[in-house]
Amino acid sequence: MISITELNKIKAEQEGIISMRREGEAKIAELNAQGKSYKHHVLVCGGTGCTSSHSEDIIVAFNDEIKKNGLENEVCVVRTGCHGLCALGPIVIIYPEAAFYANMAIEHVPEIVTEHLVNGNIVTKYLYEKTVTPNGIISMHETDFYKKQNRVALRNCGVIDPENIDEYIGTGGYQALAKVLTEKTPDDVIQILLDSGLRGRGGAGFPTGRKWMFAKANKADQKYVCCNADEGDPGAFMDRSVLEGDPHVVLEAMAIAGYTIGSSQGYIYVRAEYPIAVQRLEIAIKQAREYGLLGDNILGTGFKFDIGLRLGAGAFVCGEETALMTSIEGHRGEPRPRPPFPAVKGLFERPTILNNVETWANIPQIIMRGPEWFAAMGTEKSKGTKVFALGGKIQNTGLVEIPMGTTLREVVEEIGGGVPNGKKFKAAQTGGPSGGCIPASQMDVPMDYDNLIAIGSMMGSGGLIVMDEDNCMVDIAKFFLEFTVDESCGKCAPCRIGTRRMLEILEKITKGQATMDDLDRLEKLAAHLQKSSLCALGQTAPNPIISTLRYFRDEYIAHIVDKKCPAGVCKDLLQFSIDKDKCIGCGLCAKNCPADAITRTDYIAPGHKLASMAIDASKCVKCGACMANCKFKAISKQ
Amino acid sequence: MADEIKMVNVKVNGIPVSVPEGTTILDAAHKAGVKIPTLCFLRDTNEVGDCRICLVESTKARGLVAACMYPLAASDEGAEIKTNSAKVLDSRRKTLQLILSTHDRKCLSCVRSGKCELQKLCNELGVEDEKLYEGFRPEYEKDTSAVHMVRDNNKCVLCRRCVGACEKVQGIAVIGPNNRGFASCIGSAFDMGLADTSCIHCGQCIVACPTGALYEKDDTYKVEEAIADPDKFVVVQPAPSVRATLGEEFGMPIGTDVEGKLATALRALGFDKVFDTDFAADLTIVEEATELVERVKNGGVLPMITSCSPGWVKFCETYYPEQIAHLSSCKSPQQMFGATVKTYYAQKMGIDPAKIVCVGVMPCTAKKFEVTRDQSAVPGVPDVDISITTRELARMIKRNDIDFAALPDGEFDDPLGESTGAAVIFGATGGVMEAALRTAVEVITGEELKAVDFTEVRGMQGIKEATYNVGGLEVKVAVASSLSNARIIMDQIKAGTSPYTFIEIMACPGGCINGGGQPLVDSEVRNFVDVRGLRAKALYDNDAAKTLRKSHENPSIKKVYEEFFGEFGSHKAHEILHTHYVKRSING
Amino acid sequence: MATNKSTVPFKGTEEQKQKLLQVISELKDERGALMPILQKAQDIYGYLPIEVQTMISDETGIPLEKIYGVVTFYAQFSLYPKGKYAISVCLGTACYVKGSGDIYNKLCEKLGIEGGQCTPDGKFSLDACRCIGACGLAPVMTINGEVYGKLTVDKLDEILAKYE
Repeated sequence: MISITELNKIKAEQEGIISMRREGEAKIAELNAQGKSYKHHVLVCGGTGCTSSHSEDIIVAFNDEIKKNGLENEVCVVRTGCHGLCALGPIVIIYPEAAFYANMAIEHVPEIVTEHLVNGNIVTKYLYEKTVTPNGIISMHETDFYKKQNRVALRNCGVIDPENIDEYIGTGGYQALAKVLTEKTPDDVIQILLDSGLRGRGGAGFPTGRKWMFAKANKADQKYVCCNADEGDPGAFMDRSVLEGDPHVVLEAMAIAGYTIGSSQGYIYVRAEYPIAVQRLEIAIKQAREYGLLGDNILGTGFKFDIGLRLGAGAFVCGEETALMTSIEGHRGEPRPRPPFPAVKGLFERPTILNNVETWANIPQIIMRGPEWFAAMGTEKSKGTKVFALGGKIQNTGLVEIPMGTTLREVVEEIGGGVPNGKKFKAAQTGGPSGGCIPASQMDVPMDYDNLIAIGSMMGSGGLIVMDEDNCMVDIAKFFLEFTVDESCGKCAPCRIGTRRMLEILEKITKGQATMDDLDRLEKLAAHLQKSSLCALGQTAPNPIISTLRYFRDEYIAHIVDKKCPAGVCKDLLQFSIDKDKCIGCGLCAKNCPADAITRTDYIAPGHKLASMAIDASKCVKCGACMANCKFKAISKQ
Repeated sequence: MADEIKMVNVKVNGIPVSVPEGTTILDAAHKAGVKIPTLCFLRDTNEVGDCRICLVESTKARGLVAACMYPLAASDEGAEIKTNSAKVLDSRRKTLQLILSTHDRKCLSCVRSGKCELQKLCNELGVEDEKLYEGFRPEYEKDTSAVHMVRDNNKCVLCRRCVGACEKVQGIAVIGPNNRGFASCIGSAFDMGLADTSCIHCGQCIVACPTGALYEKDDTYKVEEAIADPDKFVVVQPAPSVRATLGEEFGMPIGTDVEGKLATALRALGFDKVFDTDFAADLTIVEEATELVERVKNGGVLPMITSCSPGWVKFCETYYPEQIAHLSSCKSPQQMFGATVKTYYAQKMGIDPAKIVCVGVMPCTAKKFEVTRDQSAVPGVPDVDISITTRELARMIKRNDIDFAALPDGEFDDPLGESTGAAVIFGATGGVMEAALRTAVEVITGEELKAVDFTEVRGMQGIKEATYNVGGLEVKVAVASSLSNARIIMDQIKAGTSPYTFIEIMACPGGCINGGGQPLVDSEVRNFVDVRGLRAKALYDNDAAKTLRKSHENPSIKKVYEEFFGEFGSHKAHEILHTHYVKRSING
Repeated sequence: MATNKSTVPFKGTEEQKQKLLQVISELKDERGALMPILQKAQDIYGYLPIEVQTMISDETGIPLEKIYGVVTFYAQFSLYPKGKYAISVCLGTACYVKGSGDIYNKLCEKLGIEGGQCTPDGKFSLDACRCIGACGLAPVMTINGEVYGKLTVDKLDEILAKYE
């Protein structure tokens, strides 16, 4: 067990090394003089994205090459968490130059080692192209993607080795816990959180300080502190990145909460589908216990707190707080009616607070840097920053952390690099299956909790999917409904049956079989689920429908009345046709047609030798195989 | 700080009402005289808030809230609660329409037609278009595997009242919610038939069900067939509690004793002899009291536990197989009756026991299982041939053109129709204990017992205990009803810490008056009226009005022993009236 | 009643059983231990057939139905083993109109199992899938990722023989 003095000693030993990865060359020169650090730090991303693109092999290759060149004492290779630009993985950043190598391949490693690490020349051709400008190489933080970002929750991601507690301590880790335990009363902590304006990052945006205040006020023999790491929105992975890149921040924040509300036991409920996150949490918990930063007598103060890990098992509804607790209790993850709220009667019927990963990740810094620092970021009612998982039809797919109040336009056009292939931005979907879409007309609204709700969407946990003119909004609504139908727990009647019925109506619409009566039924049903479902999953399940109807009603009408899908997505409403003058009559389309719907006509276009082909619409199954196989762009769909 | 009860003042539909903190909106509304409709809510059995029928509006709550689950707190002070706004009614109607879209709406021929809570809600709320949300509806195979009941998921509304009855009340959990979302359904592990599970046949799920998804297997046609068969001599025996509940099926108030009409109705149905299980209840007492005295005197296995309740017996065999020696070896009254009819009575009347059809009218679905147990008195001839429930009898009466309410009172036939007050209280929890004590005390002390009311063991608490001084001997007894309470008693025995000499256990909460075969009571009544207490009162009143109130004083009992069994607990009595038990295992 | 038991005979070993018993004895006094026990049990056996769930029920005292209710709630848990060769038949529109339904039914018949299940010898498991984008080859199926296109019912024996 370490004392606060020892904690500070580790910090002093590590902080120079860590800050070198932030501040650059000046620091390293200083440290080198002291003989404390390596000349180069090779940071290889070990997040899920980069691991999928084989970053582990890159680490092995670097270590091999470094050994070959006898650089073991001069270069260290560190496996870090996510840098955010997952599409460019595997990512390698070499300090002190902060050279950002993207799309790293094993074949590039020897060259980088000899050129960069031995000879001191950055290998420009392998750098992230945006860091190479006519005026020379710029820092990654100056690129469009990073320029407007402000990494608070993600502060340590991509900087430290998440499996090394000393590195976390070197960033000032566990100082907030020490400070709270020695200098603050529980009420002080609550006041700090209230003053900071921090709101829950999991979706609803409930003020964190108030949540803690309620839980503290309730007397009980045991209370619980829970971390919601059951990130289930399709396309959202902020929490995963924090857990993979900086797991100790969550442990530290939970211990602070334990002290504040009077709890000695915490649980982290994490998706089993996040094996790397699970493994790093296991390591982090073990290390924290070894250091006595979790356990019976934390930092010698007599404070007792421990954390257990619980794995989710593939149920989106378990992201709902009461369902999550039911699941930890070992039952089907079904929500319970609220009130009573968890702060009164939560896990095992005891007062419980539950915050999501990103919320936890903000807390130690708020303690250390003060609530004013935090409250200075963001908008009037939404303070701090928010991490978004940017995806869909966007140039720069990845994780971005921006101050609350940043506009969608800034995110899409500047950070995201715009919509690719010259297509037009149509809408962005936030909040996943519980959220809604933001059309182009609302792109300049500052994004915060309240504004997003006002325009019919929600913050959600931070998924942000960009859609272009090729996306059919009815189809998008249907996609999300398919998801909620699959994920409805089945406990309450409106959600269990209503989501299914809404999906059936949407299917009818996309098949061109619906009438305006169906649309009316759909809207009424949507309103019904919003007000009558038991939990947030059912109450928000209609949001994708309601928001697409709000901004893209004409698309629904087109499907229903004109039997057309304007975006050309809904198969049943498509017509494939062959331009008889472009068709050279090669017959490749007919060969590939699974339905034998294409036959030869007797029309020979001027300049061609063979008669053109034609599609029998009654036989066509709209699979698109003909169009994909036509080399002469003679086939079109509408 | 003292635990003073804080009151919350709210208005329900404008009516002011003051309730203790923690009271639900549903109960506050009830106090204000406002009836909020419910579907899934069944007090103490199923409190989950999943059907969303009881949603109401409150100025102190966000959105609509489930009245059955919303606890009023200090923060609700001054709330204006609206239970009948257009928004609320619209929500209820739409939820019902959604439920209807998954419901097999063959209502005319449904066993619950007219008594279906879903049907009633649809009527009351004016659901006009039952096909509004028509869509895909999964078709389920009916589970007819169990001897006592049918499960038809096509009629299930997933309210989970049955699950609460099975899991929470009985602690068995052989049925529960399986799968997820739209595919979720109530069933057993691996979709096994109920017969393949450790179901103990109590039927509490049936009386909990608001619709026709769960119902007893109808054996009335077998009875009618037997009556119609001139070769058969059909005798009937209604259980003690049936007289306290049957009237409900004919619109009489809960707790009406219809003993006389019952006898007349059974005769009108054409039974050859209308006897009474009460006679066998007296028989059970003299045998069981004798057994208890024997065990106490000779160092037998104690505590001894009653064995009248077949659901309880199967529970003990399955969940506490190492403790079956604690069960009294006495057959249940139903089986004792059958055994006596097919031996003593057959001999006396010169009838071939194989030609006698003995029909039990029982408050109980587990009795349908009990008649299939072996160990009959006459080899190859079951003690009891058919066991029907109170509900089935009512059905027979109705379709046989009998105007029950108008029937004159009748008498049961001799000699197996005579009984004492001790027998009739068998139907309520604590009744067997009290009846046994009345006899045991006299047997042990050899003196006449003057004060026959053992009120300590009466009442609807799940576990009751009392200590009596019987002839200088301190006897500690316990009475438990419902199997989750039985578990508490049994775990004590298992741990070797049970302080009791004699224990009465009934599978159903409250005893037979609340059995799985009893008339269905709409949840809107059940949630607010002490149905069990009212029914039990009818039995205790019946007892109090009797001159003979101790089983061993029953003249017919004395006669049967004189003519046939010899003395109480004789070898012959053991051969015919006692049984043995089998060890079963929970997971097959 | 049609039950939901696996058609594959249970082949659990004594070693697996000891492992599971060990896991249960380590976890069973912890509150809410069922989920971690099930997760470990699935790690040990690969799936959660009735034999495994019964063992867990016997050891923990949790009713079998409660366990089954939990298992069927979470997508991660499986009642059936995956075969050594996992067959997936595309039932997307293009394949369906070209008779993939017949292919699927024929496979059920040949293998003696239903979709989602595995043959008693543990060799083949069969699933239906949504469009895999090989409409030009319709009807198609995949076996462990290998695509077989332009299928006819007659070709099935020959293909399956490759995996015998």
